[in-house]
Amino acid sequence: MLIKNKYDVVVIGGGPGGLAAAIEAKKAGAEDVLVIERDVELGGILLQCIHNGFGLQTFKEDLPGPEYAQRFINEAKSLGISFLLDAMVMDLTSQRKLYVSSQDFGYVEIDALAIVLAMGCREKTRPQVRIPGTRPNGVFTAGTAQRWVNVEGYMPGKNFVILGSGDIGMIMARRLTFEGAHVERVLEIQSYLSGLSRNYVQCLEDWDIPLQLQHTVKRIIGKNRVEAIEAVAVDSHWNYIPGTEEIIPCDTLLLSVGLIPENELSKKAGVALDPVTGGPYVDEKFQTNIPGIFAAGNVVHVYDLVDYVSMAGVGAGKSAADFALAEKERSARYIPLVPGKNVRYIVPHRLDKQALEKGDVSLQMRVSKPIEEDVWLEVRNQNNSIVRRSERYARPGEMVTIVLKPNMATELEKSDSLIVDIYPKSEV
Amino acid sequence: MQNKFDYIVIGGGVVGAMIARWLSRYEAKTLLIEKEADIGMGSSSANTAIVHPGYDPLPGSLKALMNVRGNQMWDQLAGDLNFPFERRGDFVVAVGDEEVPLLDRLWDQGKKNGVPGMKMLDGPEMRSRERDINPEVSGALWATTGGVCDPFQVTVAAAESAVLNGVTVLLETAFEDFLWEGKQIVGIKTNRGDYFARWTINSAGIYSDEVMHKAGVRPEFFIKARRGEYFIFDRAEVQIHNVLFPVPSSRGKGILVTGTVHENTIVGPNANIIDDKEDTSMTKEGMDELISGAQKLVPGLNLKASIANFAGMRPMGNGPCYTPGIEYNNDYVIEIPANVEGFVNLGGIESPGLTSAPAIAEMVVELLKDAGEEMLVKKDWDPIRPARPHFAHLSHQERQLLCEVDPRFGRVICRCENISEGEIIAEIHAPIPAKTYDAIKRRTWLGTGRCQGGFDMTRVVNILARELGVSPLEITKRGHNSQYLYRTTKNVEVPDAH
Repeated sequence: MLIKNKYDVVVIGGGPGGLAAAIEAKKAGAEDVLVIERDVELGGILLQCIHNGFGLQTFKEDLPGPEYAQRFINEAKSLGISFLLDAMVMDLTSQRKLYVSSQDFGYVEIDALAIVLAMGCREKTRPQVRIPGTRPNGVFTAGTAQRWVNVEGYMPGKNFVILGSGDIGMIMARRLTFEGAHVERVLEIQSYLSGLSRNYVQCLEDWDIPLQLQHTVKRIIGKNRVEAIEAVAVDSHWNYIPGTEEIIPCDTLLLSVGLIPENELSKKAGVALDPVTGGPYVDEKFQTNIPGIFAAGNVVHVYDLVDYVSMAGVGAGKSAADFALAEKERSARYIPLVPGKNVRYIVPHRLDKQALEKGDVSLQMRVSKPIEEDVWLEVRNQNNSIVRRSERYARPGEMVTIVLKPNMATELEKSDSLIVDIYPKSEV
Repeated sequence: MQNKFDYIVIGGGVVGAMIARWLSRYEAKTLLIEKEADIGMGSSSANTAIVHPGYDPLPGSLKALMNVRGNQMWDQLAGDLNFPFERRGDFVVAVGDEEVPLLDRLWDQGKKNGVPGMKMLDGPEMRSRERDINPEVSGALWATTGGVCDPFQVTVAAAESAVLNGVTVLLETAFEDFLWEGKQIVGIKTNRGDYFARWTINSAGIYSDEVMHKAGVRPEFFIKARRGEYFIFDRAEVQIHNVLFPVPSSRGKGILVTGTVHENTIVGPNANIIDDKEDTSMTKEGMDELISGAQKLVPGLNLKASIANFAGMRPMGNGPCYTPGIEYNNDYVIEIPANVEGFVNLGGIESPGLTSAPAIAEMVVELLKDAGEEMLVKKDWDPIRPARPHFAHLSHQERQLLCEVDPRFGRVICRCENISEGEIIAEIHAPIPAKTYDAIKRRTWLGTGRCQGGFDMTRVVNILARELGVSPLEITKRGHNSQYLYRTTKNVEVPDAH
């Protein structure tokens, strides 16, 4: 595969939101669609979600994550969408220019007519929830542990405590139990479950894993690897309740304490973010405040079901294609103004072929050298002269203006470019 | 293995690394030992990363001498060793009228210590220099020679420079006892066997008291561990460029707010004496203290943007003042003790220890010369330690060229800090190989961002395993028993690390 330097639609992120957006963009008429993915495979975080529960809305079937992803991957491939895998977007501008780094293609610049942000979200970490204690190895986010177990094939612990009743945490409680690890309990600082009830039933209750609401970790213990945690009950303001402390021996603490939309790249392009969701402000077309930059999925706000992420991707992909096509049509109307004989430059540099329908257009330019005799100023296209007028001289210090009139509109419409020449009448 | 040396340096913190680097200049064989899996893992890895101007230590103390001399050496040092250092200046900020006289005291101390380039600012001037400062600022001492650095890279660069000039560095090598011939120390016993040298230098940081006691030196000297906790903020959310100190109190220089060379804002440290020298825990009380301390200087600080926290230990000694007759009992000890031979003794090198490190190394060399050491300069001593590329810091064009030269730099592993596989591999095969996750983290800044390694961890462990030719099960965070993984999953064949 070759990477081009121009695409109609570039989708950043090959997870469920990004794949759905790319597919829809292609279906809606975008010719060149590129998906850029950080990982070596498409599918995003679904690849490590080997449990079922995906696709009930979209396919009316109960699928595991990788299979749900594969259906979109297959469709995207059959549509001829391009993929750039194992690649990182290092920079993004409001002019929709991307700088992409990868081992296979090096460091490349890509221009996109429209962009869909689909970077997903990341997990909150220990420092963000400020858990006191030592800083040994063995404190992982639930998603990182999920990758270790389901993708890499390794067990990152033997005895687990899980903080937070988010879905990934509960699903990992069950998964780790399957793999022969011991999950001591799940602690939740709130008085209610933060994930789906079905996950509580299927992942904790069915496996006799206790959930303690209104409990948190007061302290982590252990020098090199976690040796224990100190759990404590909290009141409704999350204050520790003295006397309820309990030391729980374990070698691993998993955190399932929330997700944050990942928008550092969006910020580089000047995309404005909602402080409540952490994602971009979008309109009904999923367009951000930057024209031509759209956003879909968990990068906008954190969803509960992947099916809704895919639906958002469809919306954003359609809008991105519409934008790209309109942009193409608009730019197809533009023709360049070419400095011809003795002309150093012309402003404007390009011209809408339909500009004269709205009135006069004046062209301003400077000559490259003085001509101290009568001169012609002439504007022509590839076939005909469009307008010609004369001056007594032409000097670099004095700007030259030529006005195009509405009566030249027909000729302009037929032009591929406009050439301006300034030359002595004696040369004719 | 060859086990006879001229000099042995005990302790691979920034001071030990600087001493090794200074000794590498001379015709001699030097050994640096470090008990941990990497150099610079103690106080050198958990501090405020400031190069202090020298107005803070008491005039007449060795701390003051080393601080002011050390500060002068940093431009040359950063140029030779290629580590990040910026002489941004620092501000001691008075809030409310009652704090202004305290600035005068610092001013006088600075003058006595010979600190150049100090200026007094009034409140409005300070406000104009830092838009986020507490609006009740009443004045500030501006010390233009203050600087910020990356203390991990400083330590690594100094030790690498030593290695490039022939010094041997042994990691996971712990001092156990001295070897004697009469009054003469002739070597050391370690967990890896005995090593012999004509001189042994105690640079054991927080354990320097225990080492000197084994030498029979200063039985009354003890180190107390004074723990300091810190917060680091996301550079995308909080941007403080200046180095802002509060006025100092009896408990130290106070909780400061400063921008690091990596453009993260850092807040800290507090100061609490801890019995266990290894207990670098974070505490709830400490975190609350940091927040109120930071808000005194920058009331609008967005606390939600904190992405990391850590604690470090200051090795506070009870050394008497270097200048006799001055009542001060927390001075540095840098000496050749009279009662034993072949021993250079350092102790209590707390803040401004990082700033002082090159001056301390210089003083150790002077002490050795005074003791009759010949110290012949090597003809081929190379002061330059070459830098390795940091992908994230390069321009678009430089990145393009680097990827053409070595495509592995194109593969970004750490998505928040944009650290590439090429950088990681370079560190694993560097003069002092980075063999743990944290060793790579300290050298490259990988995993320090907002996701705290959640994304890169599996990838880095696999790269380490591949490059070192071991199983991922053997890879640790920082040596000892800090492994990531216990076993493979059931009935799963583990694919090759990719």
